[in-house]
Amino acid sequence: MEEFTDVFLMVLLIVGTLGVLYVNNLFVATMLLGAVSLIMALIFVNLDAVDVAFTEAAVGAGISTVLYLGTLALVGANEKPRGKRSPIPLLASLLVGGILAYATLDLPKIGSVDTPVQMSEVTERYVYTSPEEIGVPNMVTSVLASYRGFDTFGEVTVIFTAGIAVLLILRQLHRRREDEETPGNPPFQKVKAEGSPHDLVPHVVAKLLIPFILLFGLYVQFHGDFGPGGGFQAGVIFAAGFILYSLVFGLDNLKKLIPVHFVEIILAAGVLIYGGVGVVSMLKGANFLDYNILSADPIAGQHLGILIIEIGVGVTVTAAMLCIFYGFAGRSDELEKNNGE
Amino acid sequence: MFFEHYNYWIFVILLMIGLYTVMSRSNLIKKMIGLSLFQTAVFLFYITLGKIEGGTAPILMEGEDVLYSNPLPHVLILTAIVVGVATTALGLALIVRIKETFGTIEEDDILRMEDEQK
Repeated sequence: MEEFTDVFLMVLLIVGTLGVLYVNNLFVATMLLGAVSLIMALIFVNLDAVDVAFTEAAVGAGISTVLYLGTLALVGANEKPRGKRSPIPLLASLLVGGILAYATLDLPKIGSVDTPVQMSEVTERYVYTSPEEIGVPNMVTSVLASYRGFDTFGEVTVIFTAGIAVLLILRQLHRRREDEETPGNPPFQKVKAEGSPHDLVPHVVAKLLIPFILLFGLYVQFHGDFGPGGGFQAGVIFAAGFILYSLVFGLDNLKKLIPVHFVEIILAAGVLIYGGVGVVSMLKGANFLDYNILSADPIAGQHLGILIIEIGVGVTVTAAMLCIFYGFAGRSDELEKNNGE
Repeated sequence: MFFEHYNYWIFVILLMIGLYTVMSRSNLIKKMIGLSLFQTAVFLFYITLGKIEGGTAPILMEGEDVLYSNPLPHVLILTAIVVGVATTALGLALIVRIKETFGTIEEDDILRMEDEQK
């Protein structure tokens, strides 16, 4: 039965990706990409990766679809059909695929216990020692936040940088000299995220849903030690709640609720919280991000450290997603303001 | 034999489709979508390597000999997904600026305009 589900989902996955490749309307391609992400999330559940499935569903099917749609609203949704295609890309990808397929013949059987991945000492430690050493039932969380805390710090910084970079790119106005006017440049499409004032159903449903989305975000944030979840997923879910609010009630209302400069501050604050935990543990005489020292009891120290850095991660991810959303949704306003001056 | 390597083949096919999309399509958004597909293929490969037959999700359960799948690939891919969406957003932001500067997001047209300006 499991094999049947697996095969069925994977066939759907391939059909979905082929659909993405062959449709010319980019809106359709984006929606199909969301569907592909959702199928991928189901496959991850089948492969025991519940935390990953959670993230993929929230990010791939949720946030990234919103981002693509935001971009399409600004750049137009039709791909120009092309007549003759050169055969080189097809040959190149077939070659790469052929080499990889040949290499997979040497890979161990899926699910076998004696592969280098499963036999490594690191795995032994993560799976069998971590419940005593860290005291957190969800091994993914203990590896993410404690054993590989430094890595995760780096990743949070990447997200922070991307958030800032998107704002820098999209809030800057393009100053074009008169003589440099590019021919055939259509006047900028007016897309304003002002919500839909007359649609009763989305308004009522959104009002009912948003508190629960935010509550669920908090649950995922603080329950991440015991079940699937954690700062990354919680941040994305939290941001999705606010983005839904903005889509239904308008960007201006969201900006009143959470001003852009406040988002910028908490974007940095999250990284600061994370790094701060590391500095505190250094001041107390241990290594950077060694949580054992944070409390008299090492296990309690680990719990405290993981809790605080997960909050840091959640805050940064929420703020970065909101920054990115503000960048895309506010772009047409920004341009309009410039033209008015 | 078929089920023993099935996931790997799906990974290869997905990766090929992603790569082909990036190389053959001239629309910049389509290229970003192709990159996303490519990325998803790599995620599938990593997660497949961590799977143990008869194992369960790596969350501590009651009982002595529970077999857990490997948590390490899960951690790597979890962060990769979130970082991936952040970098995709950056790429899309650049596409928006390209559209404003050139008036098109077709790579062919942009290259032609660049040539004409020279």
